[in-house]
Amino acid sequence: MAKRIVIDPITRIEGHLRIDCEVDGGKVTEAWASGTMFRGVEQILLGRDPRDAWAITQRFCGVCTTVHAIASVRAVENALQLGVPKNAQYIRNLMIAAHAIHDEIVHFYQLSALDWVDITSALNADPKATAALAQSLSDWPLNGAMVHAATKERLAAFVQNGQLGIFANGYWGHPAMKLPPEVNLLAVTHYLQALDVQRKANKIVSILGSKTPHIQNVAVGGVSNAIALESQSVLSLERLLAVKEAIDELKQFVMQVYTVDVAAVAAFYPEWTTIGKGVTNYLAAPDFPLDERGTKFMTNGGYIADGNLEGMKPISTFGDPYLRENVAESVKHAWYQGGKGPLHPYKGETVAEYTDFQENGKYSFVKSPTFEGKPAQVGPLARVLVAVATKDDAIVSHLTRVIGMVESIAKIKVPLTALHSTLGRHAARAVMCARNVEILDAQWKLLMDNIAAGDVSTFEKPVFPPGEVSGYGFHEAPRGLLSHWIVIENGIIKNYQAVVPTTWNAAPRNEANQPGPYEASLVGTPLADPERPLEVLRTIHSFDPCLACAVHLVDPSRRDIVSVRAL
Amino acid sequence: MDSGAPARRVVVLGVGNLIMGDEGVGVRCVQRLEAEGALPPDTVILDGGTSTHELLGDLEDLDLLVIVDAVATGGAPGSLVRLEGDAIPSILSNTLSPHQHGIHDLLGTLQLLGRAPKRVVLVGVTPLRMTLSLELSPEVAAALPELAARVCAEVKRPEMTLGGV
Repeated sequence: MAKRIVIDPITRIEGHLRIDCEVDGGKVTEAWASGTMFRGVEQILLGRDPRDAWAITQRFCGVCTTVHAIASVRAVENALQLGVPKNAQYIRNLMIAAHAIHDEIVHFYQLSALDWVDITSALNADPKATAALAQSLSDWPLNGAMVHAATKERLAAFVQNGQLGIFANGYWGHPAMKLPPEVNLLAVTHYLQALDVQRKANKIVSILGSKTPHIQNVAVGGVSNAIALESQSVLSLERLLAVKEAIDELKQFVMQVYTVDVAAVAAFYPEWTTIGKGVTNYLAAPDFPLDERGTKFMTNGGYIADGNLEGMKPISTFGDPYLRENVAESVKHAWYQGGKGPLHPYKGETVAEYTDFQENGKYSFVKSPTFEGKPAQVGPLARVLVAVATKDDAIVSHLTRVIGMVESIAKIKVPLTALHSTLGRHAARAVMCARNVEILDAQWKLLMDNIAAGDVSTFEKPVFPPGEVSGYGFHEAPRGLLSHWIVIENGIIKNYQAVVPTTWNAAPRNEANQPGPYEASLVGTPLADPERPLEVLRTIHSFDPCLACAVHLVDPSRRDIVSVRAL
Repeated sequence: MDSGAPARRVVVLGVGNLIMGDEGVGVRCVQRLEAEGALPPDTVILDGGTSTHELLGDLEDLDLLVIVDAVATGGAPGSLVRLEGDAIPSILSNTLSPHQHGIHDLLGTLQLLGRAPKRVVLVGVTPLRMTLSLELSPEVAAALPELAARVCAEVKRPEMTLGGV
C-alpha cells in the first residue's frame, strides 16, 4: 500500500528543506522538494549602490559567503562592461578555489559521509586490519594502526559518555549500511583528519580575503588590497608563501585520502551508481578567468540536454548570451504571486503568496528555474560532464583515476553512464576537488609570475553611466552554477536576482509541471525501512543542499533533528 | 624568556545574520566592541555570521569563548540573558537561538576533537524582529551598549584576567 513520508528538515547543518515522498512497494514513486522559508533577500538591495552589493550578498548564506561576493561583483562588472586586472582575477580565483576545496572536503566528511558510514560499527573494527586495508589503498602517512586505535578510543569515549553530540541523529545499524567495520573506522579517522585539513583551505581564503568567513578583499573592478611584496600590511611575499604551503598540504590529502575514500565507498555500494539519476539536463558555466574580461577560463561551461554529451552547447565568456537569454524562473508551484509565466531574472519578482502545502499547487519557497524551458541539474557533476564533452584532459584524468580505483576495489566495470547517479555526484565532487587543488597551484604561479613581471595592478575604477544598464555574473560555486542578475539605473540598483545552485537543484515542479532535480532523482529509490529513510537522505545529500540562500533565513519554530512523519 | 609562554586564549564570537534585522545583533555587538577597542588586546573578536566549520580553527583550545547572539528568551525585546557552561548546549539544542545548528555542531565537534573551550559563556539579547532588514529594532538597538558592556565584563572577570581557570 502506498505510504507518505515527510522528512523535515533534511540537511545536517543547513536546514529549511522538506522532502515529501510517496512510497509504494518499497520504492519512492513520487517526490516533492519544498523550501520551507520565504526567499526574498534581494529586496534589501534595491535602491542601493551596486558597489556595496557584494558585501550584503555575502550575508545571504552562512556557508557560501565568498561565492555571493564573487558573483555580485562579476554581475556589476558585466553591466558596466568593466574588465578587471589580471592580478585581481588570480587573487579571486585563488579565493574561490580554496573556498571550493574547503566546501568539498567538509561536505563529504562532515555533512554526508555518515549516510554511508556507520559510526557504531567502527567500534567493532580491528585497528591493525584497518591499517592494512588503508595502506593497500593509499600512501597517506597517517593511516597506521596507532592512528586508527586512537580514533577508536576517542570514539568509544565519546559514545560511552552517552553524548553522541554531533553523531546523535545518524541511522546507526540501518540495514542499508553495508561497510565492513574496518572501512567504517577508516572513514571516521579521515573524518577527524578532514577537520584539520579543512582549516588549511580556510587559511588560504583568510590570507587572501583578509577576513573569513566574510572576505573583505573584493571590489567592483578588482580586489581592494594592494600588492606589495615587502610590506606586512598588504599582500606580501610571506603571505603568498604561506598560501603555497597550504596548497601543497591540501593536494596530498585530496589525492591520497578524499578521492580514495570516495572510490572506496562507491566500491562497497555499487548499486548506488544506478540510483538517483533524475534530471539529466546539465548546466555549468566556465570559471577561473585568465584574462581581464573573462574570455579564457581554466574550466569549461556548457549545456548538456538529456545526457547527450556530443550535443553539448558551449557557454564560454562572461556575459555569454546563450546563458543570459535562456534562464527563466517559474513560480507556478512556488509561494509567490505569479500568473505571468516564467520570468527572466532581470524581470524577476519576489512577492510572497503563501498557500500551505498543496502538492498539485504551490508547495515551496524555492522558485523553479529552467534552461531552454527545462529543469537542469547544476553542480560538480555538470562540470565534470562538460569537461568530458569538451575533452578537458586535466579533469578527465582525475575522473579516470577515481573510476579506476572503484573498478579495482570492487572488481567491476564502471561505465561513464554510472555518473548519472547519487554516487556519481560524490565522485564528480571529489574529481573537481582534485582539479581545484591544481588550479589553486596554477593560479598561485600565475599571480607570482605576473607580479615578478612588474604588474601590481589590482583595481580598475568603475564608472556608472547615466540611464539603465543591466548585467549578470556567474560563478561555479561548490554546489554549482550561481548567477546574480542586476539592473542599474543612474548608478542605483533597480532590480537584483540571485539564481543560486540549490534553486536549480531543489526546484519544485516548473510551469510545465516537470519535477526538479531533487524530485526526479528520488523516484525509484529503494527504501529498506520507510520509517528510517536513509536512502532518501543519501540522494538529497549528494547534491550538497544548502537552502540558506535558496530560501529565506530564520524559522524560530523549526525542529532540531531530522524527523520523519509517516502520514 | 616569555616567548614560549602561551597567552590566555579568549574569543568573543558574534553570530547572526546582518540582513535579518535583530538576528544580526551578535555581529553588530562585536563590530561595536572592535571599533571601540574596549576589549583587552589579547582578545580575538570574530564576526561569525552564520558560519560553522570555517570557525573551527579559531575556536580550538580556548580558555574562554564568549558567544554573543540573539536568543529568544520569552522576555521583553531587548532584555539580556547570560548562560554558562552546561546550560548552553541545551539552550542551543532547543530552539531559542536561530544559530543552534551551526554553533551546537561546532561545540560538539570541538568536544569530539578534545579541543573544546575551558569555559563558554553566552550573552544574548531578546530580539523583536527577525525579518529582512539591515537595521536593528529600536528596542534591541537600545540594549546594544549594555550588551557590549556585559561582554566586556565577561572577558575582564577576575578569574580570567589572572591567567585563566
